[in-house]
Amino acid sequence: MTVVDVPIASGRPRRAWRNRLFQGAMLLCMLVAFGTLAVLLVDTAITGWPALSQQLLTGLPSTLPEEAGARPAILATLYLGALVLLFSVPIGVLTAIYLEEYANRERWWNRAIEVNIQNLAAVPAIVYGILGLAFIVRGIGVGRVVLAGGLILTLVVLPTVVVASREAIRAVPDSIRQGAFALGATKWQVVWRQVLPAAIPGIATGSILALSRAVGETAPLIMVGAITYVAFNPTLLGAYTALPVQIYNWTRQPDVDFQTLAAAGAIVLLVIVLSMNAVAIFLRNRYRKQW
Amino acid sequence: MAQEAPRIDSGRIAEVSHALDRMEVESRERVFSVSDLSVAYHGNVALEGVQLHVHKNTITAFIGPSGCGKSTFIRCFNRMNDLIPGAKVSGSVLYHGEDLYSRDVDPVEIRRRIGMVFQKPNPFPKSIYDNVAFGPRVLGMKGSMDERVESALRHAALWDEVKDRLKDGALGLSGGQQQRLCIARALAVEPDVILMDEPASALDPISTTRIEDLMHDLKREYTIIIVTHNMQQAARVADMTAFFSVLVDEDGGGRTGILVEYDSTTKIFTTPSDKRTEDYVTGRFG
Repeated sequence: MTVVDVPIASGRPRRAWRNRLFQGAMLLCMLVAFGTLAVLLVDTAITGWPALSQQLLTGLPSTLPEEAGARPAILATLYLGALVLLFSVPIGVLTAIYLEEYANRERWWNRAIEVNIQNLAAVPAIVYGILGLAFIVRGIGVGRVVLAGGLILTLVVLPTVVVASREAIRAVPDSIRQGAFALGATKWQVVWRQVLPAAIPGIATGSILALSRAVGETAPLIMVGAITYVAFNPTLLGAYTALPVQIYNWTRQPDVDFQTLAAAGAIVLLVIVLSMNAVAIFLRNRYRKQW
Repeated sequence: MAQEAPRIDSGRIAEVSHALDRMEVESRERVFSVSDLSVAYHGNVALEGVQLHVHKNTITAFIGPSGCGKSTFIRCFNRMNDLIPGAKVSGSVLYHGEDLYSRDVDPVEIRRRIGMVFQKPNPFPKSIYDNVAFGPRVLGMKGSMDERVESALRHAALWDEVKDRLKDGALGLSGGQQQRLCIARALAVEPDVILMDEPASALDPISTTRIEDLMHDLKREYTIIIVTHNMQQAARVADMTAFFSVLVDEDGGGRTGILVEYDSTTKIFTTPSDKRTEDYVTGRFG
């Protein structure tokens, strides 16, 4: 009997059912993942909504929930984000350029660095917090200030920036480099004028995603003394608290109104992070290249 | 390959009419003198013992089967092999009497004088204008960039097709146009020699014809070396033709490219003196 002999309307064979079964299983997994996230977001939004006010954005912290705001924390978080970008992008991109364009892979130390950058990206942030406390805050005596927090968060995200930048640089076809070399360009000109511009969309996307991770980090900042009660605007070399730390602090208060405030703070943090991700997605789509 | 279809080429295969005769070629100034040249990759010899001269304002073609080292060889003329880790070139390549591989020669300076067009069109992901302007910019060339770009595009027979969209992305051009853009890009730095590594192998027959016609025009001002796996193409464009072949090492299985015969294109395609050349050009081998 050949396939042709079987009538088309002979019912669904087993493999068709199996097909549906797996499709259903995958759908269920996706619903569990996104459903949890959605419940979390909606719950936070409902809880925090009443406290989401002008007061929250511009007020100073207070022991009275009805007067408390998070302006110093929000500002400090924005400062930290700016510092992380300022430090991690140049260092990360130059490292990536060195590893991709200059390092000789036949040398064992270059291979060792490559492997270890991957490992560093997986190190828990709290470990960087301890390191930062020992070396940056106390070791070189920067103190418990915004600058120190920025440096530590830079350490946290640097491996991610390096890895993302390397991927972007590697995606630039070799024919572009060859074409530029054949015109008499120096190595520096090839990298700076051809490879890097072509890799910028990927580098920008990776860096912004790393930044949004940095902005949400709490553990290393608690470690290096982002103190939890700051009633003044932060300065680069002054004491500070960050938004996630502020939220954490509010959740620990017994007064239920502070819980509401914490949820409202979480909404602000989410808006900051999600808008950065939106910028990343925009950049990726805007500059997507076809070779 | 479409351009190898007999219907298209049968009428042209015998047309070696553009070629200069050997006397005429050899009366012209020597641009390159290659002697005892060998190239090895990580110790595996890819090409051995090559000896030939290339003369000014001529087109020289390198033909031969895959793996015969013709692409490796053409990359010796602008030291592109330097970019491949583990590549080692020995012997000498004299360029107007100066050894390209001497210690105090800067490969960057060589590549400015000896341009190259690659097998697959590789325009930069920038505008048409910026593609052509890239070379002059990195070399810090003086004068009006607009004029330089226009002149290069005219020389590459592309100006009329792109003059109204110079700011458009180069990747939007057709394959044939992209390759002519790559030629324009090479011309913009005012080179002395243009190396072409199978410049038409990724193109359709009409684009191929345009590139070949262009080469005849460019010959008046430049010295051209072309690698091609298409014998008809060599017959149509080249004054001199070098046939390379592969020596297979019996015990190790190593493959080494060698230069079998180098003569005027007419001689190579009508009365070659080596049996291996005859077998190849008559299609019995390769």
